[in-house]
Amino acid sequence: MEFFSKADLIGTLPLLVVFGCSLLLLLLDALFKDAKKLVFSVGIIGMLTAIGCSLYTFPLSATAFSDMVLVGGYASFFNILFLTIGIIVFLLSYSYLEKQHYHLKEFYTLIVISISGMMLMASSADLIIIFLGIEIMSVCFYVLAGYKRIKVEGNEAALKYFLLGAFATGFLLYGIALIYGTMGTTNLIRISQNFDAFSHPLYLAGWGLLLIGFSFKIAAVPFHMWAPDVYEGSLTTVTALMSTGGKAAAFSSFILAFSIPLSMHNEKLMMVIAILSAASMLIGNVFGLAQKNIKRMLAYSSIAHAGYMLVGLASGTKLGMDGIIFYLISYSLTNLGAFGIISIFEKENGGNLSYEDYAGLGSRKPILAALLSLCMFSLVGIPPFAGFIGKYYLFASAVQSNLTWLAIIGVMTSLVSTYYYLRIVVYMYFRESQQSELIFVPSLALASVVLVSIGIFIFGIFPSLILNVIQNLL
Amino acid sequence: MITLHHFLFVSIILFGLGVYAVLTRRNAVMVLMGIELILNAANLNFVAFSRYGGLKLDGQMFALFVIILAAAEAAVALAIILNIYQRFNTINVDDVDTLKE
Repeated sequence: MEFFSKADLIGTLPLLVVFGCSLLLLLLDALFKDAKKLVFSVGIIGMLTAIGCSLYTFPLSATAFSDMVLVGGYASFFNILFLTIGIIVFLLSYSYLEKQHYHLKEFYTLIVISISGMMLMASSADLIIIFLGIEIMSVCFYVLAGYKRIKVEGNEAALKYFLLGAFATGFLLYGIALIYGTMGTTNLIRISQNFDAFSHPLYLAGWGLLLIGFSFKIAAVPFHMWAPDVYEGSLTTVTALMSTGGKAAAFSSFILAFSIPLSMHNEKLMMVIAILSAASMLIGNVFGLAQKNIKRMLAYSSIAHAGYMLVGLASGTKLGMDGIIFYLISYSLTNLGAFGIISIFEKENGGNLSYEDYAGLGSRKPILAALLSLCMFSLVGIPPFAGFIGKYYLFASAVQSNLTWLAIIGVMTSLVSTYYYLRIVVYMYFRESQQSELIFVPSLALASVVLVSIGIFIFGIFPSLILNVIQNLL
Repeated sequence: MITLHHFLFVSIILFGLGVYAVLTRRNAVMVLMGIELILNAANLNFVAFSRYGGLKLDGQMFALFVIILAAAEAAVALAIILNIYQRFNTINVDDVDTLKE
């Protein structure tokens, strides 16, 4: 009896390359004492190879390993996104970790393993794979959040993230168990073919628990409490990974799992997601106003952005899903840019994180200030940056599905958010600097931030480049 | 005769106790035990559904995965709690609260 075919192996090549790469990194880690550069470069090469493999498997459209894993299209597209995020985080981290004196080679291994978890989440055709992917990613994130292990705040971030994350995983798992019991299968394709049990209370409870689990992972209100503390307490490049890759991965499997009940135009479910979305947009943006720490501000911003993306999911239409995917790309690029610049500017002991510290940056470091302003404009959603196109699609999908009130809340809260995003721009250009020490700008990190900014520009001016690809995914 | 409903009943009690422990206990290890209870309640469901629903071995296999992952999580959690104890000299989750504006 054959357990898998050659086609399965070829189709899941990107996953296999990343799994292999992470094992190789563990081995190198154990064999060589001081091999940061080696681990760093092998990791980058591994991820570049995996991007190549994803491009190769992109035209395929199938499932592998007895309908367990999706191959090609959607999965490959998200794989490329996660791997790009991984490479940029690598480039940002090298000099940043050196500066913060946390440069250990395990860091890179953990990032590659968490990326493999994200890829698994976007490739899942079965609830068991979603669960495995979430766990592989989350366990790495718990460790990465506590990477500042000598500092009080690093430990606190890790503890809070772990307790709430594991609690959410428990809900998710119990939900999967109930769906398994009522449907007799955990396979998403088979569940979508069999809606008979849809009204069973246990089945509904299962989807409800699954929704709570996912809401925790994307940091939607009322399950957002962990985000500000964890974002503030972790290393800045780790925060960049969690807020972009982690969120994108959670949304990729959220879409895969919930496209089934949403395709039935279930009014109640749409309303629940719409309320989650409205609450996230309101609370994220209003609390964002009061923040003094930039990382904390971006944490509340990330809660608000989870709300914007939930608008697309609440609409339940294909336009909404396409909007989410486009928004994920623009949001990931923008946040990587913003956190990248923050990590360059951050001081050795974790200083330089408040609004006041950014005063006068426009004259001290014109390029950094210009790039950070660009990221802030994209987060607000001002044309011609990518953030605007994403928001446009999401709100358009809401109007199309008779959720105009949700679109109105979205636009109003976006206006509110303008205050705290542009405040940083005002500080950079219109306030006098209190500091005079030199800021060292590492070339690798600067190059990756510039690359990301070019991406924000190109996707903002020529969105059709990527939208044409996205429209054929689902 | 023990039926599926008995198992589901025990499982929901375990789940409730787990949630109760997470929400009310202030000792980090106790909270971790609450989380373990929730995971095991789900495991019990998987195995019971698989046995009584005539669903082959899918449920048992899922439960095995969960056991492995719970072990991995516990290892990470205990390491974090150990670090917390070294920094804060306590493992009371209410006292671990320095990140605020």
